[in-house]
Amino acid sequence: MPLLTQQIQAEDSYSLVASLDNVRNLSTILKAIHFQDHATCFATKNGIKVTVEKAKCVQANAFIQAGIFQEFVVREESLTFRINLTVLLDCLSIFGSSPTPGTLTALRMCYQGYGYPLMLFLEEGGVVTVCKINTQEPEETLDFDFCSTNVINKIILQSEGLREAFSELDMTSEVLQITMSPDKPYFRLSTFGNAGSAHLDYPKDSDLMEAFHCNQTQVNRYKISLLKPSTKALVLSCKVSIRTDNRGFLSLQYMIRNEDGQISFVEYYCCPDEEVPESES
Amino acid sequence: MKFRAKIVDTACLNHFTRISNMIAKLAKTCTLRISPEKLNFILLDKVANGGVSMWCELEQENFFSEFQMEGISAENNEIYVELVSENLSRALKTTQNARALKIKLTNKHFPCLTVSVELFSVSSSSRIVTHDIPIKVIPRKLWKDLQEPTVPDSDVSIYLPVLKTMKSVVEKMKNISNHLVIEANLNGELNLKIETELVCVTTHFKDLGSPQLVSDSASQGRNVEQMAEVCIDIKKLLQFLAGQQVNPTKALCNIVNNRIVHFDLLLEDVSLQYFIPALS
Repeated sequence: MPLLTQQIQAEDSYSLVASLDNVRNLSTILKAIHFQDHATCFATKNGIKVTVEKAKCVQANAFIQAGIFQEFVVREESLTFRINLTVLLDCLSIFGSSPTPGTLTALRMCYQGYGYPLMLFLEEGGVVTVCKINTQEPEETLDFDFCSTNVINKIILQSEGLREAFSELDMTSEVLQITMSPDKPYFRLSTFGNAGSAHLDYPKDSDLMEAFHCNQTQVNRYKISLLKPSTKALVLSCKVSIRTDNRGFLSLQYMIRNEDGQISFVEYYCCPDEEVPESES
Repeated sequence: MKFRAKIVDTACLNHFTRISNMIAKLAKTCTLRISPEKLNFILLDKVANGGVSMWCELEQENFFSEFQMEGISAENNEIYVELVSENLSRALKTTQNARALKIKLTNKHFPCLTVSVELFSVSSSSRIVTHDIPIKVIPRKLWKDLQEPTVPDSDVSIYLPVLKTMKSVVEKMKNISNHLVIEANLNGELNLKIETELVCVTTHFKDLGSPQLVSDSASQGRNVEQMAEVCIDIKKLLQFLAGQQVNPTKALCNIVNNRIVHFDLLLEDVSLQYFIPALS
């Protein structure tokens, strides 16, 4: 097969080579952050981080550790490139988005370096698809400077506890208000929509609550349109960690278990909605 | 001009329903040709609309227990009517639990194809659902435009891969590009390719086999590795693939280099030919 020999000959010239027996272990994680067309990819020997941003206010990161791949080689310190995520996902799911029992799509992904396209070789049942996706100039990504030392409040919930709440958010409300407090109401989600206000309280001793570390009462508002995309990660995840720091920045960390039982993380950062002073409104 | 036919066998009825569903997916309006031996569903699109052609043929005796027809004259013993294909498939929706199906040509203020479905019922009284599908009777002088398309001598003939795999590939490719190159050679290889400024995607199918004899092609002086290719509208190809609900007994793809791709399918005892011309 000329295709395969071509690939093997060129193997040394690639800065990144990664193979995966089940492409869905990658595509599922990427779908969790697919709310914009473009993504920036960073690869190091530890794995790949894919970042998507919107409006300079929200950032989503998917971490795919090297261990998820059956083979993972990075020949440089680090690699950065920007790619069209929509196209990448279409390519990864070329043999169908829903899994057919008993068939797996294998993937081999190669990247030669700056200015070169990302090559994908996908195989299912003897049928091979080769994709050559052009990469773009990487753009600087936001640094939210979210330090665990500055974290004021932290809650770990089983995702099912948040899933329903997020899928039924009152989208006529401009903001989602999150209250975290060592005292009642402990953890509260509020919306203020056309049909009135809604408050959803989670008791501290609920079965869904895996950890509760709240030191100080914080009430912060986040644009609902910025948080809504994180629902994609929420539905895939088993646990979610909700943290806020001293500036009111929000971090949502989703733990996602793939079909082989391995764990990956997807993280959303969101900045709080600016308070508009009374005099200006 | 008369036509009256009946199906009583459940298997035949289901098969006929599946065929009409497929036709509805492939063509918005189609021509139904009724002749003493055969039924044909025909689509011969104008070049301006993409120039896709479809020719579906079934032997009436394989389906109908009763079949009576009288064409427009003794020497032209045929009937051509035009109908919206979805109307027929919708009328046949109720056949799932039916005892019998009757189709006849009627005139109820306007010409109709009347489809009556007799349903099973627990009580002795029978229940019949009747649909009157408006049709346009095609006059004799236009028949010449509705004849079976001639199959041009193809450069490469190859058996198609599993249509389901092909469909999911083409579905994803459609998200990226508007046109697609289909290429194949006599060595059993078939490729689907798209190319945009963002991405190039090629899916390689191999070991597909060809009905052409190697000696035949050798006499034509064709190298077995040499590809014949056609660039076509991806939507037309997807429409054809989406219409296939059952795995065909035989599925053949004939390519005339840079001119046309011809799909020739055998679905049990129904033959379907679908032609997609090259984009100019």
